[in-house]
Amino acid sequence: AYQLRCEIIKMIYRARSGHPGGSLSIAEIMTVLYFHVLRLDPKNPNWLERDRFILSKGHACPAWYACLAMRGFFDMEVLNHLRKIDSPLQGHPDMRKTRGVDMTTGSLGHGLSIGAGMAQASKLDNKDYYVFVLLGDGEVNEGIVWEAAMYAKKYEIDNLIAILDYNRLQLDGCTDVVMPLEPLVAKWESFGWNVLEIDGHNVRQILDAIQEIKNHKGEPSIIIAHTVKGKGVSFMENDPDWHGKPPDDDQYQQAMKELKERAYGNDSHS
Amino acid sequence: MEMIPTRNAYGEALLALGEKNPNVVVLEADISKSTRTCYFAKRFPDRFFNAGVAEQNEMAVAAGFAACGKIPFVSTYAVFATMRACEQVRTFICYPRLNVKIGVSHGGLTAGNDGVTHQGTEDIGIMSTLPNMTVIMPADAVATKKLVKAAAKYDGPVYLRFTRNPVPVIYKKDVHLEIGKSFTIRQGSDVTIIALGDMVSKALEASCILAEEGISAQVIDMHTVKPIDKEAIVRAAHETKAIVTVEDHNILNGLGSRVAEVVAEEITVPFKRVGIKNTFGESGEYEKLLEKYGLGTKHIVEAAKSLL
Repeated sequence: AYQLRCEIIKMIYRARSGHPGGSLSIAEIMTVLYFHVLRLDPKNPNWLERDRFILSKGHACPAWYACLAMRGFFDMEVLNHLRKIDSPLQGHPDMRKTRGVDMTTGSLGHGLSIGAGMAQASKLDNKDYYVFVLLGDGEVNEGIVWEAAMYAKKYEIDNLIAILDYNRLQLDGCTDVVMPLEPLVAKWESFGWNVLEIDGHNVRQILDAIQEIKNHKGEPSIIIAHTVKGKGVSFMENDPDWHGKPPDDDQYQQAMKELKERAYGNDSHS
Repeated sequence: MEMIPTRNAYGEALLALGEKNPNVVVLEADISKSTRTCYFAKRFPDRFFNAGVAEQNEMAVAAGFAACGKIPFVSTYAVFATMRACEQVRTFICYPRLNVKIGVSHGGLTAGNDGVTHQGTEDIGIMSTLPNMTVIMPADAVATKKLVKAAAKYDGPVYLRFTRNPVPVIYKKDVHLEIGKSFTIRQGSDVTIIALGDMVSKALEASCILAEEGISAQVIDMHTVKPIDKEAIVRAAHETKAIVTVEDHNILNGLGSRVAEVVAEEITVPFKRVGIKNTFGESGEYEKLLEKYGLGTKHIVEAAKSLL
């Protein structure tokens, strides 16, 4: 996860734009999905039996692109071209431009609806792939998220697994101030979902939660993952100003120093 | 003349598609009895998904189905599909060019008594401006069945607009219609009337009145507004002395605007648009609304004569 964080910061620094905070908060979740959970084949990105992944909080795509490159969907060198003209790596994910990207996202709130359709297609075709949707906390302000919540419950879409990156910060500030979400667990439960609450930086807990959900039939499930926005870079943590700006030269050096120590030094966390 | 709402023909066309192609699924937003997707729902309950009164989710779920190889037909009214769920159509269907078909009822003033909230009179303009979108309105029940079938075969997003009210059946069952190719219903040498959807039968009526006055009017059914049949427009400009367009839609950004673009860029010819004059409609009977908002047969006749 800390190697992933190094790549994220490098990409955003080189692109001179992007969203570090929400990319860093999902590093463990993305690592678990891409290196332990998802059934996929980097040599055959359109494999029909693959698990689908949708990054509903599309602005955190540096984390996704880095995972895809590290898994061999494309060359690591491509990561140098984030947000540049003619690059396959768009500012927000584009399924027609990037190998391994299953769905275009970026306009918030849509992943769950799209994931519901994909998961239903899986069932109609008698296939056994799962659809994972990673949501941000800010985007559940969108009404369509709750339309999707009702829909997935109605059709008992139990091969749809949502993970909510609950870092408690959105662009303008704290989620409790911008648009209070609490009681969030009770909200999802009242919509008929199976809800699990975990520490989103704890790899064991992420793995266990996904396994538990795979054994839970007849209901859609969501993992409320408590995370820290900007996790891993001391001056970015819990600061909404790092939602959508790149580090300058000094900040970049400092961030990389901190992340490399965790990634390649004395690391026991991931 | 037999009168059938094209939404009925849409419902029957979906049923036929369902029998033939197991990949066809239908999504609905609580108005299946009105959009006639209820026929499909009854026969294929496992492939019918009612999203309730939630068109944005309905549209996005369809994108998910299409991304996994299904051919979703999404139904609601024109106004809700194109405005309530506009961004879902743009960003998640058109941008990734997913194979979603949007079949809507209550196109134009055919929504009649329901009034402005249910009359989709700007929808064609909105859909036509989206890259990768194909925009179609069939003229009658026969054309509806042909074009729905063609849309299912076509790989990419298609917007299909139908009427709530019955409209005359003008085509014979063996007519051949292709997406993007207009159909010349009546030949003529003085003026060409290019019409869309429910206005095609009005254009034919107008051509009969003009004939009585010694004016030979050609009538073209431009069922595909986008991509528009440029060749047919240029040919019409050569063969006749003037062009009139007629549509049950705001005069801005619909059929008339598309034809005007071709006329302006390709060939200069006297030209006039008949449509709703940049205003909203109101509640009322369909035929009376057409008269009040300038879409009656007499308006088409006047427009044609003014150019000659």
